[in-house]
Amino acid sequence: MSEGRAMDERMQRLADMRDDPAVDLSLDANAIGGLLAGIFGADVTGSDGQCASCSTVSVMGTMRVYMRGPGIVVRCPACTQVVLRVVETPRGTMVDLRGVAAVRLPG
Amino acid sequence: MAIEWQLGTVSSTRDETATVRTFTLGLPAWAGHRPGQHVDLRLTADDGYSVERSYSIASEPERAREVDITVERIPGGEVSPFLHEVVVPGDRLEVRGPIGGYFVWEAALGGPLLLVAGGSGVVPLMAMARHRARAGMSIPTRLVFSSRTYDEVIYREELDRLAAARDGFEVVHTLTRGQPPGWTGFSRRIDEAMLADALEPLGAATRAYACGPTALVEVVANALVRLGLPPDRIRTERFGPTGT
Amino acid sequence: MTERFVTRGFVGRRDQGTSDDGIAPDDRRRRTPPGQYLTSDFPVLSAGPTPRTPLDRWSLRIEGLVDRPVEWSWEQLLALPARDWVVDISCVTKWTHLDMRWKGVSVDTLLEGVELDPRAAFAIAWSDGGYTTNLPLGDVLNNQAFVAYEYDGRPLAPEHGGPARLVVPARYFWKSAKWIRGLRLQDRDEPGFWESLGYNNRGDQWLEERYSGD
Repeated sequence: MSEGRAMDERMQRLADMRDDPAVDLSLDANAIGGLLAGIFGADVTGSDGQCASCSTVSVMGTMRVYMRGPGIVVRCPACTQVVLRVVETPRGTMVDLRGVAAVRLPG
Repeated sequence: MAIEWQLGTVSSTRDETATVRTFTLGLPAWAGHRPGQHVDLRLTADDGYSVERSYSIASEPERAREVDITVERIPGGEVSPFLHEVVVPGDRLEVRGPIGGYFVWEAALGGPLLLVAGGSGVVPLMAMARHRARAGMSIPTRLVFSSRTYDEVIYREELDRLAAARDGFEVVHTLTRGQPPGWTGFSRRIDEAMLADALEPLGAATRAYACGPTALVEVVANALVRLGLPPDRIRTERFGPTGT
Repeated sequence: MTERFVTRGFVGRRDQGTSDDGIAPDDRRRRTPPGQYLTSDFPVLSAGPTPRTPLDRWSLRIEGLVDRPVEWSWEQLLALPARDWVVDISCVTKWTHLDMRWKGVSVDTLLEGVELDPRAAFAIAWSDGGYTTNLPLGDVLNNQAFVAYEYDGRPLAPEHGGPARLVVPARYFWKSAKWIRGLRLQDRDEPGFWESLGYNNRGDQWLEERYSGD
């Protein structure tokens, strides 16, 4: 994804976000670093992750997380598609990783 | 490997403002942290109901085996009113961490440093500022700090002291809701002009860290890019609505 | 499994009491499903950014196992026979709000103009932003579901699902798809966004069907 196009889309999303109360419901995935460490076996908040929808590589800790709902949804900061989802149920934690193309684990 | 929970003991508390309190947690097994990292807190009721919240570590890594967290009391929240109203020194809390590999700064990374904070977003930046002071660094550093009113400026006196040390650390306050008589500082939201002013003496090699509510952080990050800072030198942490 | 450490003095969110809602305490208890607490708030919960389809490009569609798909523009939706609905709503995150006031169109009304294929057994609601949820057809007929475009006398706010959302009061609120754009009638069930990740396929709050296996 070119720098220029990514910037224009960011600016448009910024304009949308200014009016969007739901923006304030999203945090950085940094806030679920502990949960992600349980899934990936290491603190990946500083690690590169690739979105399966748009192939953009972003630092995992900068992905958008929506967690005021029935479950946790992490979205790509570039294309807003779902990267991963987590639901904690009494019978165990469900994780959907289909939106993650790849993660580079800390070495 | 999952990050394990450990028990911390509240050794003391300190009121920073009328609604913001710092809790010092003694953690005998603590392995240290990097400025900017956070901990998770877990509270469990006796029926097993539990909630977790993340709090940035306010203290510098030079203080061994203890961490400070600074918590704003959010009316109607589930956790912050509990911490403010019930927790006292001697209480034990479950803690996990340190967590965070992105929004971190330590002296070895160098500067200059531009720190931009909205409200309780100042907490992780304070860990950076305190570390910088303890490490004896004179890296040129500017903190641009937005608060609602003078009385709500978290760490106000300590920031005054750090600036008075004249070692390259300066604070630019802006008070967005109300200003005391005789106030000569800024009174508007952080914008590109304010950031351009702060950045100018620091230069193009500056590392920037912005933390606070989502909308503020997005404005700051985009403004810094327009001002010519390379995106990979801008790190952001969005709190969303301040933790409840 | 090791004993969980109990935090002194922590009880978590409990009933927030809504003593000025004009509902007798006994009634209030009777109308609160198991495991829920009452609120007079309307919490905003979200799985993603708020969609922003301009009204001149918005439409609501019935498709799938029907004789032919039907679509209404925004103006056409507002012109359909609508009514006021006062219903109790329960979210799986444990809040229940009694007597929420909506205005909207019954799903029965939407289905009036179409002929259902006899094989149609499930309604999949799909929304702007990619959200989906599934319901047996029988759960959305006979005034059990409606498409709401007003809440509390005002146009439905975007953060609450506006311009229009599905409301299915007899199920946990995740079944009441925000930003709905269509209902697809199918012969086969298709677990939706939350149903496919551990939440109950049916979601009856009176049977406390929160998670799959409940």
